Amino acid sequence: MVKRKNDILLIAVIVLAAAGLWLGLRLAQNGGAYVYVTIDGSEYGKYPLDTDAEVRIGSGGKYNLLIIKDGCAQITEASCPNKLCIKQGKIKYEGQSIVCLPNKVVVEIVGGEKSQFDAVVK
Amino acid sequence: MKDKFTAREIAEYGLILALAMILSYVESLFPAFVAIPGVKLGLANIVVLFALYRLGPVRAGIVSGLRVLLVTFMFGNAFALIYSLSGAVLSLLVMLLLKKTGRFSPMGVGVGGGVAHNIGQILCAMVLLGTERLAYYLPVLLVSGAIAGTVIGLTAGMMIKRIEIGKM
Repeated sequence: MVKRKNDILLIAVIVLAAAGLWLGLRLAQNGGAYVYVTIDGSEYGKYPLDTDAEVRIGSGGKYNLLIIKDGCAQITEASCPNKLCIKQGKIKYEGQSIVCLPNKVVVEIVGGEKSQFDAVVK
Repeated sequence: MKDKFTAREIAEYGLILALAMILSYVESLFPAFVAIPGVKLGLANIVVLFALYRLGPVRAGIVSGLRVLLVTFMFGNAFALIYSLSGAVLSLLVMLLLKKTGRFSPMGVGVGGGVAHNIGQILCAMVLLGTERLAYYLPVLLVSGAIAGTVIGLTAGMMIKRIEIGKM
């Protein structure tokens, strides 16, 4: 029967559309990872994680140098006395962060791939 | 459509409306269908689909609208009313369109109705809750709507063949 054929075609189109939508949404979600920087709680800037960049956070003598390279974010230079932010190393997974208490800087990854671990103790 | 209802038509409306309502109630008794929010069979749609074929779009609309109103008055709240109505209206419109093309059997029309119902509800939820993140849920609801619609459409098709109501 021709009608039954059309019915099945309709179902196939809907299932395909659902699969396409699911894939598209997943890709959009993963591509959307960015580095979110705040100073003393207020937003300083947002930088995409997939484009390499060098950002000088802060002004004058108080600063942290943020490097985004190969999908990782890292602080390589800082004006603070203890340099803990540099020792925190590279971050790349959703929810990971680098904190510099003296300069009140928080660098955080928003969106993107999740780490396989719930938490990591350093 | 005529101006006045005959006694027979009024009896048929009552019968069909009661059936749609009891099916809504029966469905709410099955927890399996409400485990994932939004995923459900939509048993009442069998009746609406049947009415669409036998009584025409206007009367199917009346039955569908009254069913949504009465069922939410009895079991739901104001929010449920908005969700149900947006789903029911979009579903009926899509089923009407698919039927008008003359290319689909009741099964295909049912599939369209089930999917449209879910899309209507999620659009409504996106507007009410003000979040577009719900779109991530759409693929699941498209597939579940298609499966439910297939079952509903097949059942309604059998009813349309066998039941005499509305047959001239």
